[in-house]
Amino acid sequence: MEPLASRMTREMSSLWNQIEPLLAQVTKPARYIGGEQGARTPTHGPESVSWLLAYPDTYEVGLPNQGLQILYEILNEQATAVAERTYAPWIDMEAAMRAAGVPLFSLENHLPAASFDVLAFNLSAELVYTNVLNMIDLAGFPLRGEDRTIDDPVVMAGGHSTFNPEPLADFVDVFVLGDGEEVVTEINDVLASFLVGGDRPRTGDPRADREALLRALTQVPGVYVPWCYEAKFARFEGEGQVGPAERLVSITPRFPGVPDRVEKRTIADLGDWPYPKEQLVPLIEVVHDRLNVELFRGCTRGCRFCQAGMITRPVRERPAEQVRTMVTDGLRRTGYDEVALTSLSSADYSGIEETVTSIIDDPACGGQVSVSLPSLRVDAFTVGTAAQIQKVRRTGLTFAPEGGTWRMRQVINKLIREEDLYAAVDAAFSQGWKRVKLYFLIGLPTETDEDTLGIVELAKQCVAIGRRYHPGVTVTASVGGFVPKVQTPFQWFGQNTIEELTRKIHLLRDAARPVRGLTIRWHDPKATAAEGIVSRGDRRMGPVIEQVWREGGTFQEWSECFALDRWLTALADHGMTLEDAVYRHRTADEVLPWDHVSAGLHRDFLWQEWQDALAEHGLEDCRWTPCYDCGACTGFGVEHVVASAVPPAGGSQGTGQDLTTGGQVPVRFLAEPPTARKERTLASVGATTTHGSSVADGGIEGQGPAGAPGAGN
Amino acid sequence: MRLRFCYTKLGKIRFTSQRDVARMWERALRRMNMPVGYSEGFNPRPLLSFGLALPTGAESRAEYVDVVVDDAAWQEAGRTTDDLPSELTGLLPEGIDVVDVEVVERQSGSLQQFVTSCSWLMEFTGVTVAGMGALIDAVLAAETIMIMRERKGRQETDDLRPSIIALGLAEGPFDQGGEAAGRGDEGSPVVVVAELATKPRGVRPVELVRAFVAVAGGAADDQSERWATLGGAAQGTPVLHRACRTQQWIQRDDVPDEAPVPSDPARGDAGAEHVLERAS
Ligand code: SF4
Repeated sequence: MEPLASRMTREMSSLWNQIEPLLAQVTKPARYIGGEQGARTPTHGPESVSWLLAYPDTYEVGLPNQGLQILYEILNEQATAVAERTYAPWIDMEAAMRAAGVPLFSLENHLPAASFDVLAFNLSAELVYTNVLNMIDLAGFPLRGEDRTIDDPVVMAGGHSTFNPEPLADFVDVFVLGDGEEVVTEINDVLASFLVGGDRPRTGDPRADREALLRALTQVPGVYVPWCYEAKFARFEGEGQVGPAERLVSITPRFPGVPDRVEKRTIADLGDWPYPKEQLVPLIEVVHDRLNVELFRGCTRGCRFCQAGMITRPVRERPAEQVRTMVTDGLRRTGYDEVALTSLSSADYSGIEETVTSIIDDPACGGQVSVSLPSLRVDAFTVGTAAQIQKVRRTGLTFAPEGGTWRMRQVINKLIREEDLYAAVDAAFSQGWKRVKLYFLIGLPTETDEDTLGIVELAKQCVAIGRRYHPGVTVTASVGGFVPKVQTPFQWFGQNTIEELTRKIHLLRDAARPVRGLTIRWHDPKATAAEGIVSRGDRRMGPVIEQVWREGGTFQEWSECFALDRWLTALADHGMTLEDAVYRHRTADEVLPWDHVSAGLHRDFLWQEWQDALAEHGLEDCRWTPCYDCGACTGFGVEHVVASAVPPAGGSQGTGQDLTTGGQVPVRFLAEPPTARKERTLASVGATTTHGSSVADGGIEGQGPAGAPGAGN
Repeated sequence: MRLRFCYTKLGKIRFTSQRDVARMWERALRRMNMPVGYSEGFNPRPLLSFGLALPTGAESRAEYVDVVVDDAAWQEAGRTTDDLPSELTGLLPEGIDVVDVEVVERQSGSLQQFVTSCSWLMEFTGVTVAGMGALIDAVLAAETIMIMRERKGRQETDDLRPSIIALGLAEGPFDQGGEAAGRGDEGSPVVVVAELATKPRGVRPVELVRAFVAVAGGAADDQSERWATLGGAAQGTPVLHRACRTQQWIQRDDVPDEAPVPSDPARGDAGAEHVLERAS
């Protein structure tokens, strides 16, 4: 069997002549033309594996995605790979394409998606999953992996949402966990050995050939192939169960040599990967339309609700000199006048001030460059840095206290005191800002109405502080419903019901109404519920997602396209309920659908963190304190790469407290026995701390599906 | 100092908006370290002013932008305007070629103020050459062509006829500027040249299609903006595929507005002149 035969017969000619007439009929036609500065127009040939990198949302949202751009460059540097890109066509374009029989296409050469060897999705959020199905369908090859052969593209997925791959297990052949820089070329090598050169015998059966390829891919560390695992379910009638239900009882390899548990990949040193080297400059305006330079990857502040922080550990800083070079070269190359220094908490970068100053003062940057730090820490120090870099455009500043009371913030381990927030807001208003936006979550574990209303109290104080400087200041409290995320300490928590979140929103709205200058904005609790359905789902969610897509439910992150009814109907049609799938607390002994994939975090560590959360214990950042052995470093032989051995000004949690001497903030150290830890918890500043609540002592397993512990208080 | 550049917008890049093009210019000028002047105030912006907006989807061989340049920095850098077009063309996306540059009076008025009409090349399908000829005759013969359009949220009835200055069949195919010898066979797209006024009421290419629809007895209230579909429904009405602005015209000061308008769009008469030439 000549392995190239089938690939050669695939149609590899440009669809541009068919696409062009459609563009006159659609909104924002430039989404589909490519032509960005930095875009490659690779030449395909039998010697290279062709990758189509896909982002399952609009062009404007997907183009800036740095992960996709990094892989795009690395792949195109390989001798045996070529990579192009595609994004989800908007509804009008999809309709025009389907009417004209035009399949999903790449932007560079306008080639049909099905003619590529790999269709690789970046999954950054769960509500885009219906778009993934839609794009596979638009590409015109079988939707479900089981129906594909070696002649169809391999469907891959990477990105944060792959840490629970199960809901997409029917549709995605290969999941790649963690940092993609190294593993992508290892995968390409395996693909090349099957698809290029032909040194591997084919069986003559295209299905068997595909299976052989998938099994070979399981040998690459960080690669999870759901087809190689069997998920077993059993009937479950337990306490608190509404009606009969099935529960996952095990997920195990079907073949010898397939790993029981797939660990994520971690690159040891960001300094080895100065990518993207040529960030794409789009022809049309996109979100984050600026130069982006990643300062560091990972975050160990340990906010317990934050999946990004948990799954990207440890902290790996980019050397300051490399940051400066990437900024200077990037600005010169792109012509942008704004650079964002990105990370999960940019003010934590060692020497952030020096770095920012050197960019602003660099004559090569032309003097008109603005620097943005997308994730500001809540303290006055940070505002000082912000004031330095936003000399002119002082429009609005955003802080994320996340919880309304100190008690709540201990639970979620966002250890910001009221004083810190007020000092930050004071600094902002006194230095000329007129608008402050505050981010909060509602529906957090153990949340009481006091915690919820604490949001308005905080915001009200912020308005009062602002009035001292300017009569017209505004504060916006933006409130999102909490969705428990996998691979975090809150993965066991039962999400608040739609009704409960709605009740809390009404509480906030009513309390905020008399406060002039304060606006409350909130996220639709229905969308929060839908996100919950997918986030912690198992393989039974595949058909649910498929049904929602078949009923027209694409672009579910867009409020104009979202409808919860489709999700509820699909759930019910497949014998499931919101109560069981979303609102139910998971138990300690339960098999979680994502237990067989790992972000490096020990389950014990996460469970301990969950218990500590319920007990209102905070945990210090491990960057500057002893290791808690969460597993992220210890399990991989990597370590934090931090230029500074001391925490930045403001302390390791931005509280201004010296945590190592056991200040007023409760912290725990690994060396201490658990009992000693509790004693160490001191009454905190600015809010009442409740010790040893029944929730903390008894766990929450026994609670019904009515939502958060503390609901109804 | 103010520099006036003339540039093209041809090919795929036509699907970007005027605003997108403005941002491409800002980036290109920064990349070549051009000492562009910035506005004062809270949110300083580079001082670029563009002429008449080109509708998204339309091509052009004659777009204009004025760029304010800091004189001292310009002199210090020892630059001349000679190499600017080629340098900028290299920095702008494919399809945007800078074809000319002139120094204009810093105080001279805006481009939008002075341009009175534009010449267009348009490609139609769904119509024969003879059919299009008849439609053109009907438009030119009509005293008024009333269409409805929405303006600031209100429905208004407008007469398009006074703004259609000249209209005719082109000699050659669209891609050769309508100029090459030999018209396409029957069944191939029909190319039309038009001169459309920009004031008091500007007419865009899609609105010219509505004029064809109107003279053919179609509905006056079809306000669809989608090129390829507009007019396609009515029997014998043309479907607009491509449009290209080929020239922008201004009135010379000493020529009255009512100056006789030539019926031949390949003009070059005394009544109007090329935008760039005004300043020189
Ligand atoms: S292994 Fe230790 S040092 Fe590394 S992230 Fe986990 S707790 Fe921190």
